[in-house]
Amino acid sequence: MIGIYSPGHSILHRTPTGAKLLLLLTFTSALLIFRSITTMGIAAVVLLVAYVLARIPLRLAMTQLKPLRWILPILFAFQWWLLGIESATLITSTLLLAVAAAALITLTTPVSAMMATLERMMRPGQRWGLPAERIALVLALTIRVVPVIADIVNQVRDARRARGAERSMRALVTPVVIKTVGHAHELGDALIARGLDD
Amino acid sequence: MICFNNVGLTYEDRNVLTEITCELNEPRVGIIGANGSGKSSLLRLINGLTTPTTGTVTVGGLDPTDHGRDVRSRVSFLFSNPDAQIVMPTVGEDIEFSLRRNKISALERHERISQALALVGLSDYQEHPAHLLSSGQKQLLAMAAIMVTEPDILLCDEPTTLLDRRNTRVLIDIIDALPQQIIMATHDLDLVSQWPRVLVMEHGEIIADSSGHEAVATYKATVDR
Repeated sequence: MIGIYSPGHSILHRTPTGAKLLLLLTFTSALLIFRSITTMGIAAVVLLVAYVLARIPLRLAMTQLKPLRWILPILFAFQWWLLGIESATLITSTLLLAVAAAALITLTTPVSAMMATLERMMRPGQRWGLPAERIALVLALTIRVVPVIADIVNQVRDARRARGAERSMRALVTPVVIKTVGHAHELGDALIARGLDD
Repeated sequence: MICFNNVGLTYEDRNVLTEITCELNEPRVGIIGANGSGKSSLLRLINGLTTPTTGTVTVGGLDPTDHGRDVRSRVSFLFSNPDAQIVMPTVGEDIEFSLRRNKISALERHERISQALALVGLSDYQEHPAHLLSSGQKQLLAMAAIMVTEPDILLCDEPTTLLDRRNTRVLIDIIDALPQQIIMATHDLDLVSQWPRVLVMEHGEIIADSSGHEAVATYKATVDR
């Protein structure tokens, strides 16, 4: 789930980023305040309509929720055991709907637009030394480095297998950390070269 | 004009560069030599990524250590690993990132992005996720992201190392056609053999400074001896 932008011209794509973030805040707040099965049902329908309006393909939408496939059943079972089936249903459906709503925002908003909006929102804080540009850049870099680190892990895993050390955690973690730190250094140089530090 | 005046660079008690003095004025300057000979360090000094331990470097009269912003606005750097150079998730956004501080209209911004993409043949990839590009395409994207800022000087640090033969050809054809001054560190001797000036580096020193043909012959002789 790297929340990559899915290009399009739907009403959601054209809605200003600030308005979308406000809608997301309202939506998730409503889920937490009006906690009931009815609210979850209405929210699910609203979200489904929003996905259809945004013309997000079903497969792409499901990909966004894939990382929850392990967490949700465990969370559901744990909450059922502790609080009963109704609370378990409410908690897991709140999480599912909130993640799906957030994913819809990232699917319909370019990261650059998100960065610009965040920078604008944080601008008043710059007076007190808040590094608005850097915080916004961290968001973009976080999204960007996910596939890079995934590549590093895959390369190291292959190398580990080739050397017959499939079960060694040290043979996995040590090179991954070293390569990731190396990548961070290279990225830092590239950012300076592209004028970030100026 | 790029001037090195008695430049030395020491890193953890190791002499990386020793007494480098030269002026680089030619439109194409190659730097060749073994791994660890100081090629990359020489390039990094030019745009202030590294500060010399002794001596001075100036670019158009400005010291990159003191005037990093001014120098880097004129001097761009193409690294060997494009993955480290691409910052934004999509192709168009990464090029736009280079223009974030340019006070230009949205229309001009769009036009410059389109021109940069056309320069490297990635016009159809503007909204494509950067991580799904091939290594060659990533290097072309890194190139476009640099050229959109219209620099005067382009520093290339082994830009073809991770590329196959075809993508190397594509990148070199683009570089050959650029009007900018190019300073390139490379292991590809064929690439720089026709260039007007090539420096040969060994153990942090310039051991030959001549035309491409002569410099390549000198370097081959040092490898064979």
